[in-house]
Amino acid sequence: MTVNNVGDPQCVAEERFERIPELVNGDDNLIRRGRRLTSEFLVVVGGATYHLTVSDGRLVRLERGPMLMRSWRFAIRAEAPFWLRFWEPVPEAGYHDLFALSKQGLLTIEGDLFPFMANLQYVKDVLAAPRKILEA
Amino acid sequence: MTAHVEPIMGRYIHLDIQGRSHRIYFEEAGEGIPLVCLHTAGADGRQFRHLMTDPAVTEHYRVIAFDLPWHGKSYPPDGWQNEEYRLTTDLYTQTIRAFCAGLELDRPVIMGCSIGGRIVLNLAIHHPREFRALIGLESADFQTPWYDTDWLHRSDVHGGEVCAALVSGLIGPCSPESSRHETLWQYMQGGPGIFKGDLYFYRVDGDLRDQVDAIDTTLCPLHLLTGEYDFSCTPADTLRTAGRIPGAEATVMKGLGHFPMSEDPAAFRHYILPVLEQLRGTPMKGRL
Repeated sequence: MTVNNVGDPQCVAEERFERIPELVNGDDNLIRRGRRLTSEFLVVVGGATYHLTVSDGRLVRLERGPMLMRSWRFAIRAEAPFWLRFWEPVPEAGYHDLFALSKQGLLTIEGDLFPFMANLQYVKDVLAAPRKILEA
Repeated sequence: MTAHVEPIMGRYIHLDIQGRSHRIYFEEAGEGIPLVCLHTAGADGRQFRHLMTDPAVTEHYRVIAFDLPWHGKSYPPDGWQNEEYRLTTDLYTQTIRAFCAGLELDRPVIMGCSIGGRIVLNLAIHHPREFRALIGLESADFQTPWYDTDWLHRSDVHGGEVCAALVSGLIGPCSPESSRHETLWQYMQGGPGIFKGDLYFYRVDGDLRDQVDAIDTTLCPLHLLTGEYDFSCTPADTLRTAGRIPGAEATVMKGLGHFPMSEDPAAFRHYILPVLEQLRGTPMKGRL
């Protein structure tokens, strides 16, 4: 956990993002839906880069960069304030979906998109998991 | 739970369209002004089932929804296995007109959503005297693409799952869970390449930006309603389009997305009932 400046969007976003493994691995239905995905990908939350490893739908490793010569299949990048708006329990229109953000140029999806698209709803739900923090 | 039977009736009509024979499935309920409903790309007429069971609508309107050829319970035409499905502006327009003529509908109201919302603009441009009024849901003369449609039809990606996953974000976040997933189920059920083929009309063949100026709403009233959360056809797209058509009425539906009639039927009726009420009192303009 890297929270050292409560209220700073970067710190809040990092804190929420780093709870994704427990939120995903505690959701049996989400794991079932992602059972055919075993892959590695990057998520960039503003100034923080995370490397995620998924095995049979389980998020088995989340590491914060920088990393040296680490392979990944696809990468999703957005600034911290946009992730925070995306993670609101009822997001504003335009901030409620990865593609809503990418259409506005606020989020990028790059790399080998095959594992991303073949498991699209699973990946969308993994990245939206922090919404559950404020819903709770 | 007590068993009950809905008033919706389903039948098939045989039509020749562009020289090909089609067997088209349609459902209907109610009596009164014909209201023909056009489903979104890659889906089918079930999207309108809630309107067909709403007495506030069916007491005054004969609500009819047909499945486009290749969709729902309408089979593709003979020989389909040797071609790639592509919906064009001309084919879509001819299909709607053939269906209305086949049922001998007297100047129906047409209400279409998404691709159906786009084609009502084309009907307004070219055939306004054939219709009592036109309603475009999630309707604009053009909208900016937001993904590569090649992902919709591949041998190595499940078409139903990827279609549903793409459009899932177009549903308003407060949509009831059951309605959200019923809407997505239709996208999971579409035939291979059908959603992609519909989007050929939407993205390639159906750009109406240089034509909507020709719409004359004194001949046929035009109502456009778009959901706040629709980032495919955005409220801005609809308002821009309406701004170019004198007399067009545009409404942004708060909280709703790209599938208002199926993703949140209760919220949608608050917006559509006043329009239908207004149209009942609207004299038939431009009657020949």
